[in-house]
Amino acid sequence: MVENRRYRNILAYLVLAVGVVIVAFPVYLAILASTFDAATIINGNMPLVPGDQAAINYSRTLFVGASRTSREPVGLMMMNSFIMAMGIAVGKIFISVLSAYAVVYFRFPFRKTAFWVIFITLMLPVEVRIYPTYKIVADLGLLDTYTGLILPLIASATGTLLFRQFFMTIPDELLEASKIDGAGPFRFFKDTLIPLSITTIAALFVIQFIYGWNQYLWPLLITTKSSMQTIVIGIKKMITTQDALTEWQIAMTTAVLAMLPPVLVVVFMQRLFVKGLVETEK
Amino acid sequence: MAGVTLDTVKKVYAGNVEAVKGVSLGIDDGSFCVLVGPSGCGKSTLLRMIAGLETISGGAVKIGNRVVNEVEPSDRDIAMVFQNYALYPHMSVYDNMAYGLKNRGTPKPEIEKRVKEAARILAIEPFLDRKPRQLSGGQRQRVAMGRAIVRKPQVFLFDEPLSNLDAKLRVQMRVEIKRLQRALGVTSIYVTHDQVEAMTLSDKLVVMSGGQIEQVGTPAEVYRRPETRFVATFIGSPPMNILPGKVEGPGRVSIGDQMITVTDMKDGLTPGSAIEVGLRPEDVQAGTAGASTLTMDVDFVEELGATQLFHGKVAGAAFVVQASTGQIPADASHLALSIDPANVHLFDPQTTKRLGRI
Repeated sequence: MVENRRYRNILAYLVLAVGVVIVAFPVYLAILASTFDAATIINGNMPLVPGDQAAINYSRTLFVGASRTSREPVGLMMMNSFIMAMGIAVGKIFISVLSAYAVVYFRFPFRKTAFWVIFITLMLPVEVRIYPTYKIVADLGLLDTYTGLILPLIASATGTLLFRQFFMTIPDELLEASKIDGAGPFRFFKDTLIPLSITTIAALFVIQFIYGWNQYLWPLLITTKSSMQTIVIGIKKMITTQDALTEWQIAMTTAVLAMLPPVLVVVFMQRLFVKGLVETEK
Repeated sequence: MAGVTLDTVKKVYAGNVEAVKGVSLGIDDGSFCVLVGPSGCGKSTLLRMIAGLETISGGAVKIGNRVVNEVEPSDRDIAMVFQNYALYPHMSVYDNMAYGLKNRGTPKPEIEKRVKEAARILAIEPFLDRKPRQLSGGQRQRVAMGRAIVRKPQVFLFDEPLSNLDAKLRVQMRVEIKRLQRALGVTSIYVTHDQVEAMTLSDKLVVMSGGQIEQVGTPAEVYRRPETRFVATFIGSPPMNILPGKVEGPGRVSIGDQMITVTDMKDGLTPGSAIEVGLRPEDVQAGTAGASTLTMDVDFVEELGATQLFHGKVAGAAFVVQASTGQIPADASHLALSIDPANVHLFDPQTTKRLGRI
């Protein structure tokens, strides 16, 4: 039995290792490519150990950008992407916490209807409602603005639903104790509901930040100025060239830079996330 | 300090369901009043109406001389202890107790003084920096009480505060609640379905059933002279035996073909009419013959340590007798029961009201 188990363990680790290599190798390749000059990459004999061009590549990418195609420094694109992702994540959390609070804790006419209307929007992701949304954003003069990038993506039901489910698990006695302790609706929200929701907020933030950062279709549609383009669009533009060589070293550096913020958000928020999970008790 | 007065208080839920059907009750300043009854009898609803957590459909609730029907819970000058404690999980014990005072704009030094004082009384000083989840059930219960004490309210409201504790702790906390209430002298209203809690804690015991008050009195009064069959069988453990009987004449009742005499019997009852005879298991002397005697067929015996419960039948109806262990051989198949005429309770089979002297 012991022999058997050891054999199985080895097999399991082998399978895992293969999986990790499959997932990680392209990422490693991107990092590698960001340390060579264009010639080394293009001649097809790129070594598997990092080269010495990293400093040049990264500084050129961040502050100058690809010379022929996207023509904007990637630093600016990252800034655009960051504003958009943050705007979506924060805006969505703000709106969904408030709407879930209203739906769960207040008795108002058509409460059920309001909830179902919110719920139904789950069936309408950006891609489905893209024409009317574009029309509205364009009519409001929000093309090529951060507001235009952020606002339409905030409106969706996932967050509201998540918070609603969470609020429903909070015992009524907590609300009643707050009432007796003289806390009005706003105080209860601020002093009890929000502190208890931290983990949910963290989870939603991670999901929404990455969702916002990775947006492609919507920014592609509504931004025309190159100074407004996001990093995801920037990469695409760098790679597709008409009559010139793709600057692979810049594209790869951009790809690595594009991966960085979501990774950081996950790493940083995960700590809060786990801490919250361990601490939560109602 | 203030008493609480309820004047025909009603609670009607949507769909015309009456949870509380016009309850009137006066609770004296500084007394400990326990509302007891089976689940669904409206006792919690009544308490929540006093707290202001439920709207009042009819009648008036007065705290002191002030009608509080339309007053917010926080302005009623009450404090409430919940069954599941309802402590704020993310706040420390100190903050849990201070929260109400903070919201009221009490100055910081005063808050600190009061919280420390309450913590000292409840012996939770070492836990002030902890979160509720780091405390045991009993400690959480103390914090919940501390939160009530620091407010220095006119009235304490307890909603089954001991139900979540284990049996041993429950007894301990029961004693502590009583001691605390005595020491602070604050009017208290306590809801429970546990009759032992009800008997031991209360100055005034209110037995409720079906949204109405069945009887109000001291625990001794309620136990000695239950006004309805419901109260008779609800208060006391094991519950009172009820036997079908027949009126034979003044002070005389028959059960099957056996005759007993009764002290507390209403005058002018028609001989031959049906009557219900209540006998407490602990009031019956087993194994001896007395002024009036019943015989019982024994089915089985339950051991309780100090006492034994003999289950069986008297005149075809189920009957339980309590006897000291060793007093009667456990294999007895028939028992003679000696009945003290003063310990017989008579009830009207139709109205279930007591048929005693007024």
